Amino acid sequence: MARKKKSEITPEIVAEHGLSEDEYAIVLDRLGREPNLTELGIFSVMWSEHCSYKSSRRHLGKFLTTSDRVIQGPGENAGVIDIDDGDAIVFKMESHNHPSFIEPYQGAATGVGGIMRDVFTMGARPIALMNALRFGEPGHPKTKALVSGVVAGIGGYGNCVGVPTVGGETNFHPGYNGNILVNAMCVGLARTDNVFYSAAKGVGNPIFYVGSKTGRDGIHGATMASAEFDDDSEEKRPTVQVGDPFTEKLLIEACLELMATDAIIAIQDMGAAGLTSSSIEMADKGGVGIALNLDKVPQRETGMSAYEMMLSESQERMLMVIQPGKEKLAFQVFEKWELDVAEIGTTTDTGRLVLTHKRKTVCDIPIAPLADDAPNYDRPHEPTAPREILKPDEVDEPADYNDALIQVMTDPDMASKRWIWEQYDRHVMADTVDSSQSGGDAAIVRIHGPDGPTDKAVAITTDCTPRYCYADPVQGGRQAVAESWRNLTCVGANPVAITDCLNFGNPERSEIMGQFVGCIEGMNEACRAFDYPVVSGNVSLYNETNGVAIPPTPAVGGVGLIPDLTLVQSLGGARPGDTLILIGATEGWLGSSIFLRALQNREDGAPPPVDLQAERHNGDYVRKLIRNRRVRAVHDLSDGGLAAAACEMAFASGIGMELINPSELPAHAWYFGEDQARYLISTDGNSVNPILTTADGLGVPAMIVGKAGGTRLKAKGAFDVSLDGLRGRWEQWMPELMSGATETV
Amino acid sequence: MSTAVIVFPASNCDRDAAVALEKVTGKPPRMVWHKDTSIPDDVRFVVVPGGFSYGDYLRSGAIAANSPVIRDLKDKSEAGLPVLGICNGFQILTEAGMLPGALMRNANQKFVCRISRLRLANAKTRFTSQYDAKHEIDVPVAHHDGNYFADDETLRRIEGGGQVVFRYSENPNGSRNDIAGIVNASGNVLGMMPHPERAVDTVHGGTDGITLFKSIVGSL
Repeated sequence: MARKKKSEITPEIVAEHGLSEDEYAIVLDRLGREPNLTELGIFSVMWSEHCSYKSSRRHLGKFLTTSDRVIQGPGENAGVIDIDDGDAIVFKMESHNHPSFIEPYQGAATGVGGIMRDVFTMGARPIALMNALRFGEPGHPKTKALVSGVVAGIGGYGNCVGVPTVGGETNFHPGYNGNILVNAMCVGLARTDNVFYSAAKGVGNPIFYVGSKTGRDGIHGATMASAEFDDDSEEKRPTVQVGDPFTEKLLIEACLELMATDAIIAIQDMGAAGLTSSSIEMADKGGVGIALNLDKVPQRETGMSAYEMMLSESQERMLMVIQPGKEKLAFQVFEKWELDVAEIGTTTDTGRLVLTHKRKTVCDIPIAPLADDAPNYDRPHEPTAPREILKPDEVDEPADYNDALIQVMTDPDMASKRWIWEQYDRHVMADTVDSSQSGGDAAIVRIHGPDGPTDKAVAITTDCTPRYCYADPVQGGRQAVAESWRNLTCVGANPVAITDCLNFGNPERSEIMGQFVGCIEGMNEACRAFDYPVVSGNVSLYNETNGVAIPPTPAVGGVGLIPDLTLVQSLGGARPGDTLILIGATEGWLGSSIFLRALQNREDGAPPPVDLQAERHNGDYVRKLIRNRRVRAVHDLSDGGLAAAACEMAFASGIGMELINPSELPAHAWYFGEDQARYLISTDGNSVNPILTTADGLGVPAMIVGKAGGTRLKAKGAFDVSLDGLRGRWEQWMPELMSGATETV
Repeated sequence: MSTAVIVFPASNCDRDAAVALEKVTGKPPRMVWHKDTSIPDDVRFVVVPGGFSYGDYLRSGAIAANSPVIRDLKDKSEAGLPVLGICNGFQILTEAGMLPGALMRNANQKFVCRISRLRLANAKTRFTSQYDAKHEIDVPVAHHDGNYFADDETLRRIEGGGQVVFRYSENPNGSRNDIAGIVNASGNVLGMMPHPERAVDTVHGGTDGITLFKSIVGSL
C-alpha cells in the first residue's frame, strides 16, 4: 500500500485559522487539492466573520438601502449620498472593538485611520469624525485606563490628520466590562461626478501599492475580531496594528491629488486582512484575475514570508489599479508626498489570484470561491422574551426629588463628557458650526466646496440605547434609528441616511442571534417609516468574554442636510420669559429608564415602545416649526426624559427653567419617563398659540409644560435646584472619575 | 502685494489660514510648499499654519524649523517681513530661534481643545493695533504642546519689552505667566497657540480673530 504523503496542513493548523471542518472541506473541494499555508491563510481571513459577514449577511439584505439621494449603498468602502449642487457626502461607521480592548491607544487610533481610509478611498475629503464608545462600569479596575487610552488614541490620530472630531456618545455599563466598543464614523465630501470605486477593470493594467511599508503587525487581526475573548486575550496584543497619522495625512493628500486626474481605474484601502482582502475584493468586484509579485511589496522587515505579507494589517496602505500610460504620473504624485509606492502586479483574465515570491508561485487559487462561496449561515435565532410593562405606580417615587434629579444628571451616561471631547480638535478645517461643546443633538459641519465655504451644512449624530435593545431588540432597534432621526430634526436638518455598526456577542448562540435579528427588524422598520436608508455599515460579532456577551448595541450614525445655514437650530437659544412646549404624548414610561437605574439600581421593565407614525408626524412638525422660525430652542427627549431635556436646554441657554406637570401622572413618571417621539421647544409668547393650534389640527400632541427664566431648575411638585450647582455636579462627574488615570492598561 | 501660507506635508490649518487671509485681503494667498527654497519676492506677510508639519515625531516643529523654506523665512523676517505662526507654526518659530522660549507638553499631558478667553497684553503691535485694548477676545485653542516656557531672564526680558501679546484668562496648558502669544523684539514676528483663523466667521461662533488679520494686513 502506497504511503500517503504527509500533509502540511494538519487539522490543528486548520483549527488555528478559525476554519471549521465543513469550511475546510469546501476549500479542498474548490481547489481540488490541499492548500499550502499561504492559501489556507487567505481562505481563513476571507471567510472570517469579520470579512465574510457569514452570520449576518442574509439579515443585512433586508435593510432599506435606496432613496432618491442614495448614490451608493452598502457594498462599497462607504455609502454615498447626493446633497445637491454636484456635492456628495460619503460616510461610514466601523468598529475597532477587539483591538481597542487589548491595546486601547493604538486600537482606537487605527480605528479612526481605517474609517478615514474607507471614506477617502471613495474620492472624498474627510470633513468630520464621530465616535460611539461603550465602556464597562466606571468602578471596574480596567475602565479608567481604557477610557484614557481610547480617547487619547482617537484624538492623537484625528487631531494630527486634521479632521475635526465633532461629536459622539459614551455609555458605561457592566455589560462592557470584558469587551469595550469603539465605533468610529467618518464623513467625507466628494463631487458626484468624481466618486471612486473598488472594482478592478481590464486586463494587463498595472496594480500599484502606495503608503506605509508592510510589516509583521496585525497578522490575523481579522481572525482575532472573529472570536470571543478569554482570560488570556491580552496575549493577542501583537495582532493589534500600530497607526501613523502622518502617513495617513500624506495618503489623503496624495490620493486626492491623483484622483483629480484620470489615472485611477479602481482603488481600495488595505484594511482588515490587508493585501489579501483588498486584492480579492477588487478582483472579485471587477470579475478579473490578479497576479502579484510579492518581492515588489515595500517591506519594513527582512525575511517576510508570503503568508506574512498577505495577512499583515500594517496601516496606511492603499491598492489601486492605474490606467496604463499613467504610471509615471502616479509615481510623480506619490513621490511628491514621499510615500512608498510600487507597481506590484497586473490585472489578468484568469479569474485567479496568483502570487509569486522569490521566483516561485506561492499561491494560485480561483477568486470567485473566496468571495462567492464564503459561508453564509442561517444561524438559529431565539427571539428575546418580552418583558412586563412597568406602570408608574409600580415604581416608588423618590423621597427627595432634588437628589433624584442630581442622581439622574450625574448618571454615567448622562454626565457631561467634556473630559473626553476637549481632547478632540473640533474646529480644524474651520467649518464646524456646532459640535459636542454645545451639548446639542447633532454636530453640524459646513460644506466647503472647491470655491470656498457654502451656505449649506451636514448634520451628524450617533445613537443607540443598548439597555432598550437588551430589553427588547425590536423596540431598541427602532429607537436607535428614531433617536438619530429626531436628533437631526432638532438641529434643523432633513434626515437623509444612516450608517450602522452592529455590535453583538457570539452569533453561534441562538439568544444572541435573536438579538441581532430583532434589532435589524426594528431598525429596518424605522428606516422604512422615515425613508431613511442604510448606505453603509459594519458588523462586529463575538463581543464576548468567557461566555458573557455585551448588551446588543446597534450603533446608528445618521446624516442630514441643512440646505441653508440660517436655518440651523440649537438647544441653546431659550430666553427669559419663553414658554416651554412639549411635543409628543407622555404616558410616563419608566421601564428600562435612567431614572430606574440611577435611583433604584434596577434595569427591568419593558422599554418605551416606538410608534413610528407618531415619530414621523411629530418630527415633521418640529422641522416645519424650525423652518418657519417659530422656535428659539429645540431638544429631543431621550435618556432622563423631560427633566433631563430641560436641564440640558438650561445649561446650553444659560438660564433656568420652571416646569409644571399638567398631567394626571405622578411626578417621577411625568418628569423622568422616557416616552419616545417627544421634543421640548422654547418659544416666545406670540408663537405659543399658533404652535398649539396648528399641532391640534395636525393631530400632533402639544402642551405647555413650563417657562424659561431665572437661575434655578424647578419642577412643580418635585425639584428646585440651582442651575449652576447642578451644572457643577454634571461637569464634575467625569473629571472626578478620571483623576489619576493613566493610559496604560 | 501678496500674502503667503507655508505648507508642510502635515500642515492641517493651511486652508483655514488661506480662507482668513482671502477674507481680509480679497486675494487668495500664495501657498508655499515646504520644499521651496525661497518665499516669492512680492510676499509681504507670511502665515506659518497649524498642524503637524512633518509628523512632529521629534519635538513639535523641530524638523520643520530646519526646512529650507524656514531658513529663507528667517532671513526675510530679520529684514522685516511680518510673520504669524499659529499653533504648530508658533512651535516652529521657537524651534527656529525666531521667537524666544519653547512650547512644552501641556501640564496635564492631554490635548486640549476649547474656546479660550484671551487678554490683550499689548494692543500696540502691528498684529493687535485694531483691537480695543481693554477688550477680551475668544479664540479656540487646540494643541498638545502649548505650555509656553522661557527661563526667568528671558521672561523678564520679554515682559519688560512688551513682547507678551496675549494671555489666557484661564490657563489651559500650564504656560508661564499665562502666555498665549508673543512677538519678537522687532515686533514683526508673532507666535500664538490660539487659532485666530478659527474665529473669523459667524459660523465659528465668534469673529474675534478677524481683527488680528485686519491689523497686520492694514499695517503692510
